[in-house]
Amino acid sequence: MPFTLKPDEGFDIDVESTDYLKTHVDTGDRWTLNFGPQHPATHTTLRVVLELDGERIARCTPHIGYLHSGFEKLAEHMDYNQYVTIVSRMNYLSPIANDICWHHAVETLFGIDLTPRCKVIRTIMAELARIQDHLLCVGAAALDLGAFTGFLYGFNARERIYDICDFISGQRFHPDWTRVGGAMQDLPDEENFKKMVKYFVNEDLPQALEDLEGLVCRNRIFIDRTAGIGVVSKEDAIAWSLSGPMARASGVVRDLRKDEPYLCYADNWDGQGAKAVEFKVPVHTDGDVYARFQVRIEEMKQSAHIIRQLIDRIPGGPIDTLADGKYVKPPKSDVYGSIEGLIQHFEIIMSNRGWKAPIAEAYGANETANGELGYFIVSDGGPRPWRVRTRPPSFINYSIMAKLTEGHMLADVVAILGSINVVAAELDR
Amino acid sequence: MTIEAAGAGNSVDFHAMSHPTTPTLDHPVLKHVKEHFPSARLRATEFRGQTTIIVEPGDLHEVMAFLRDDPRCAFNFLSDISAVDYLGYPAEMIGRFGVYYVLCAYSRTDRIRVKTFVDPSLPTDGIVEDPSLWLDSVTDLWPGAEWMEREVFDMFGIRFRGHPDLRRILTWESYPGHPLRKDYPVRGRGERENFRVISRTDA
Repeated sequence: MPFTLKPDEGFDIDVESTDYLKTHVDTGDRWTLNFGPQHPATHTTLRVVLELDGERIARCTPHIGYLHSGFEKLAEHMDYNQYVTIVSRMNYLSPIANDICWHHAVETLFGIDLTPRCKVIRTIMAELARIQDHLLCVGAAALDLGAFTGFLYGFNARERIYDICDFISGQRFHPDWTRVGGAMQDLPDEENFKKMVKYFVNEDLPQALEDLEGLVCRNRIFIDRTAGIGVVSKEDAIAWSLSGPMARASGVVRDLRKDEPYLCYADNWDGQGAKAVEFKVPVHTDGDVYARFQVRIEEMKQSAHIIRQLIDRIPGGPIDTLADGKYVKPPKSDVYGSIEGLIQHFEIIMSNRGWKAPIAEAYGANETANGELGYFIVSDGGPRPWRVRTRPPSFINYSIMAKLTEGHMLADVVAILGSINVVAAELDR
Repeated sequence: MTIEAAGAGNSVDFHAMSHPTTPTLDHPVLKHVKEHFPSARLRATEFRGQTTIIVEPGDLHEVMAFLRDDPRCAFNFLSDISAVDYLGYPAEMIGRFGVYYVLCAYSRTDRIRVKTFVDPSLPTDGIVEDPSLWLDSVTDLWPGAEWMEREVFDMFGIRFRGHPDLRRILTWESYPGHPLRKDYPVRGRGERENFRVISRTDA
């Protein structure tokens, strides 16, 4: 359990002043450890400056921004379809979830309703992305605590999701698959898609989860390293704006799929009275690293349950919303086969044409694997957004890191960091 | 499969898109805020069912505290803070920088945006501290606002009174600009090109 420690005058060395320690001798027993920016357990480029008293952490100062690439600035110079290639590079553990969320926000701004077919396929892909993210997170949680095999169990199963992304979009890692009002292309072969998804949720995923749970869930070493570590109370989880598994492991019952339903999570998604997909929102009350691990495992089972409900119910019809050529790109067969399709295509992609968005602002948020991912779009009426703000769940969840680690042992930092599942590309954007 | 078979869910009301309907402004908390702050200058807008309250910078902290603590409002969750630079925006805005707060109420699962505008008094192409670009911090209401406000400071140069640790967060401490301002070019002002090159012998 964390023990409280009253540090004397705290000190925090910065990038520019690493000579600090050489000149500053009166630090007593305290010493400073620079964790990262390049360290296997940070997974990506993070730096945490730890002030240690023996092996206890007296103070923790995260320094971020090593991967800052100006994604939000770039958004102001790209159109509503192009920017999907950038958002999918934010949380690269589940890229397609970012694509879906970005176009959810754009469609909120434009007021476009999707076709039932598109909603079902997007829901399936969003759930696959959640599994993809959680599999890495729980696998890496095991890896960080010494169980390398657990990581491989997770990664093996993830490979199937990459195959599915590759199949529907042609790219395995960054599908960039959604477009305004629809998708890049319809499923190349629906039967094959169904077969691949079914094989994954019925064979690969249960096997991977069984292996993972068998290896770590009741493992004495794993529980000792994770139970009671990095505890967030329910009040703190709300006050620190945490969302996703971080909040739900602390007893916050909040899931945008239930609270602000979209796609197939909303009733009447096909316009003919279809019921929303059924699933439960797993909630834990302990709020520690182990609780977050368990919430993620359970969420994967619920995601598989959602996919099983939808995979045999993919409706026919077009995947793109039918539009009068102003907002939704025409299918490729029309572009190459008719003059109207070609004109419509050019109207959207040419740099001096493009969308005439309403001069307004809109916020669209989805529940992704890490929590509430939202895009706030301000439009100036042109083809490119005026300003796009990402509400990055990694960034906001990670802001509690300093508070979580204080008083813990040095080795617990790795466990806590893994349980936050921070993705630096999204953290720094 | 014919086009009609797709069902009724896919129609797009393009008429409504080019002529946005008049905002209804029927969000239930608007009248509570108005009653509680009779002398404050409040404005509100609505688009696609999303309501925004626009407050004066001086009233910001009080309105936020009211929205959080009043049981009829109960916006207990601060979802996001960010800002927008309206330099050269085609529509007329109240000020140059709009800072907005997205609030959620867990008990009712609805949202509201609170927005405030500030105008700079100095040229905005540098990093000189501008006395008019100050707002009250909400970190005393939501500790999670700390990093979000640091990001607004880093990206837009808007500072927050009462913030415990207002440092840059994504760029480095001596960065010579606030990159998300509209007068900051997308390629930067030569920060990359002017990096000192270290050869292998100097390293």
